[in-house]
Amino acid sequence: MIAWRGVSKSFDGGATQAVDEVTLEAADGGFLAIVGESGSGKSTLVKMLNRLVEPDRGEVLVGGEAVGQGPPHALRRRIGYVFQAIGLFPHLSVAENIGVTPRLLGWPAERIERRVGRLLDLVRLPQAYAQRRPDALSGGQRQRVGIARALAAEPRIVLLDEAFGALDPVTREALASDYRALHDELALTTVMITHDVLEAVLLADRMAVMQTGRVLAQGSARELMGGDAPPYVRELMASPRRQAERVAERLGLGVLNV
Amino acid sequence: MSEQVRAAFALLPAYLAGHVALSAAALVLGLLVGLPLALASARIPAVRLPALGFASLVQTIPSLALLALFYPLLLALSAAARAMSGHGFAALGFLPSLLALSLYALLPILRNGVAGLTGLDPAVVEAARAVGMTPRQRLIQVEAPLAAPVVMAGVRTAAVWVIGAATLSTAVGWTSLGDYIFSGLQTENWVLVLFGCGASAALALITDGLLALVETGLARRSRLRLALGGAGLLAGTVLALAPLAAGAGGPKPYVIGAKNFSEQYILADLMSDRLKATGARVVQRSDLGSVIAFRALAANDLDAYVDYSGTLWTNVLHHADTPPRPELLRRLTAELKARYGVTLLGPLGFENAYVLAMKRDRANALHIVSLSDLAPRAPALKLGSDLEFLSRPEWRALVGTYGLSFRAQTRYQPTFMYRALEGGEADVISAFSSDGRIAADHLVALSDPMGAAPSYDAVILLSPHSSADARLRGALLPLVNRVPVQAMRAANLTVDRDADKLTPQQAAQALAKAIGR
Repeated sequence: MIAWRGVSKSFDGGATQAVDEVTLEAADGGFLAIVGESGSGKSTLVKMLNRLVEPDRGEVLVGGEAVGQGPPHALRRRIGYVFQAIGLFPHLSVAENIGVTPRLLGWPAERIERRVGRLLDLVRLPQAYAQRRPDALSGGQRQRVGIARALAAEPRIVLLDEAFGALDPVTREALASDYRALHDELALTTVMITHDVLEAVLLADRMAVMQTGRVLAQGSARELMGGDAPPYVRELMASPRRQAERVAERLGLGVLNV
Repeated sequence: MSEQVRAAFALLPAYLAGHVALSAAALVLGLLVGLPLALASARIPAVRLPALGFASLVQTIPSLALLALFYPLLLALSAAARAMSGHGFAALGFLPSLLALSLYALLPILRNGVAGLTGLDPAVVEAARAVGMTPRQRLIQVEAPLAAPVVMAGVRTAAVWVIGAATLSTAVGWTSLGDYIFSGLQTENWVLVLFGCGASAALALITDGLLALVETGLARRSRLRLALGGAGLLAGTVLALAPLAAGAGGPKPYVIGAKNFSEQYILADLMSDRLKATGARVVQRSDLGSVIAFRALAANDLDAYVDYSGTLWTNVLHHADTPPRPELLRRLTAELKARYGVTLLGPLGFENAYVLAMKRDRANALHIVSLSDLAPRAPALKLGSDLEFLSRPEWRALVGTYGLSFRAQTRYQPTFMYRALEGGEADVISAFSSDGRIAADHLVALSDPMGAAPSYDAVILLSPHSSADARLRGALLPLVNRVPVQAMRAANLTVDRDADKLTPQQAAQALAKAIGR
C-alpha cells in the first residue's frame, strides 16, 4: 500500500505550498492517476514516494513502512521510475541502461542478461537493439527502454511522471496500452501523473485531481463526474466527452451516444 | 651551422629530461588539486566563485613573475623548516617551478571540470538518482564518464600551457628546454633559440596529440584509443626521464651557477669542465638573477659560481663607500665569510666593471673621454642599459657623483643593448669592461676620474657547505689569478659575434687552452 498522510512541501521557505496537507492512498495492484495542471504539485507529490523530494511535514508510506527509514538509494531500487525526459544514460548501451538497477543490486551477470532479454520482449523491442546506444533510437523506442529500465529489478511499484507526454499520438497510445497490459500481467502498483484527463480515464482505476497543491477530489472516473464533485473537477472530467462529441460531429458520425 | 645544431642536440637529453620531469609533475599536481576542487565547486556554489576567482587571478600574474615570487617564499619556508627540524630543502630550481606551473595548470582543469560537471543533462542526473545510485556511484558511473571529454579538453589546455611556461623555469635554476632560449638570446645564437622553441613546441604538440587520443577514447568509450594515448604518455615520460635515472644513484652532483650573460656561461662551463675532469658529476643552474645567484649559494643550493667584487660590495653587503681595489677584496672576503659563511676562493684575474661606453667616432666628435665630459652633454643623449643597471646602487653613485641626467633611458637585454647603440636608438650604453664587443664594435669606455664606481674583480665564491670540499677547491684554485682580461674578452667575443659563433662550452674549452689550464 502507498499512502501520503498530511504531507506538505514548500520550495520558497513557506511563501507558497507546492503540496499542501495532502492525504491520499493507492491500493496494492491499483493504478492511480494524479491529474492536474502544470504547477499543481502532482510531480512533487509523486517524487516523495522515491524520495527525490523530501516532505516538510507529514508521512509517506510505501508497503506500509515510512519511506524515511533507510537510505534513499535502497528505496529507489525497489521502485520503478519513468519520466517524460526519459534520462537514458547516453554512454551506456540499451542493455546496460536496462540492467543498471540489477547491477547496483549485485545480480550475477548472467541473470541480468536473461532479464534484459525478457524486458526487451516485454516492451516489444527487437533483441538486436540491446547493443545500440540510446541516440540510435526513436523517441518512442527510447521510452520503451525507459520503461524496461524501470521494471528491470522487478519492482512492485512503478511511478510514471508524464511518461508518454512527449510522444506522438500513435506511439503514445500504443505505448500506454502496452504499459497497462504490463501493469496487469506483472501485478504492479502504478502511480501515474498526467495533465491529460483522457489518458487518465483510459488507463487508471482511480484518479485524484490536484490544484495548487491540494487534492480536490479522488475516486473512479465515474464518481468524479457525479454531482458531488467540485465544479472544477466536473468541468475537467467533462472535457474528454466534449472533445469526443466535437470530433464525431466534425467527422459527420452523428451524435455520440455516451 | 650544422656544428651548432649538433651541439644543441648533444644537450637535448638533459634539457628534455628536466623539462618533462617538471611539466609532468606540475600537471599531475594540478590534476590532484584541480579535480577535487572542481568537484567541490560543482557541488557547492559557495566554493565555486572563490575557487574560479583565485584560479583566474593566478592566470593574470605574468608567468615569469610567478616563478620568481616562489623563490623568496620557499627560501623563507626552508629557513623556517631548518630552524624547526634541522632540515631545510632546496628553494631553487624544481620546487618553485613546480608550484608556479601547477597553479597555472589549475585554471583550465578547474574551469572545464566545473563546466563538465554542471553542464550535464539534468534528466540523466535525475535518472541516476532514481535508479538507486548512491552519490558516489552516480559520480563514478555517470557524471565522471559524461564530463570526462570536457575535463580532458581542459587537461589538454593545461598541458600545453605548462609545457610552454616550463621554459621559464630556467630563470629560477631548473634545467629545461628554456636553457636553449635564454642562453641563445644572451649570446645572439638564433639557431639555439629556434631549436629551443621548436623542441618545446614539438613536445607540446606530441603531448596534446596523445591527450587528444585519451579524450576521444573517453568520449567514444574506445578502450583502444584510451590505451594508446595512456601508453604513449607513459612511454614518452619514461623515455624522456631516462637520463635523470641514469644519473641518479651516484654521488651528489656539484651545482655550478651562472648569471644571465655570455661570460658567466663560459666561466660556468670552464669550472664544470675542470670538476668533471676529476670524475665528479656536475649540473649547471644558468640564467640566475644577480641577487638570486648569491642567495642560492648562501643557502647551499649552488656549490660555486663567479660574481664580481663591486656587485657583492654594493648589492649584497650594501656598502656605499668605494675603497681601493686590494682593500675592497680583503674586506669583502672577511665580511662574506662572517655574515654568510660564503668563501671567496680568489679573483680570476680580470675585472668586469660596469662602464658607460659610446661609439668611438661619436665620442671623438663630442670630445667626450670621461664621465665628467659626458655630464654636460647627457641631457641631449639617450642611455641604453641592461635590465638591472638602472636599479643598482652603482648607477645611483654615478648619478650622484657626476650629476648625469639623460634625455631618455631604456632597458635592453644585453644583446639588444649593443644593437641599440649600433642602430642609434642609444648614444651611451652600460657596457661591461671585459666584453669583447667594446673593441670589436669600435667603442670607447668612458673613464671614471672621480672613482665613483667600485672595482669589479671576477671572484670565485663557494657555498658554506662546500667551502672545505677538497675536490671542489682543488679543481677551482688553479683558475685563481689565471684569467687575464684579454683572454676573457676574446672568449666572450667568440660567443657574442655574429659570424662563426662558438657555444659557451666551446668557448670555455678554447679559454682553458689559452690560459694553459
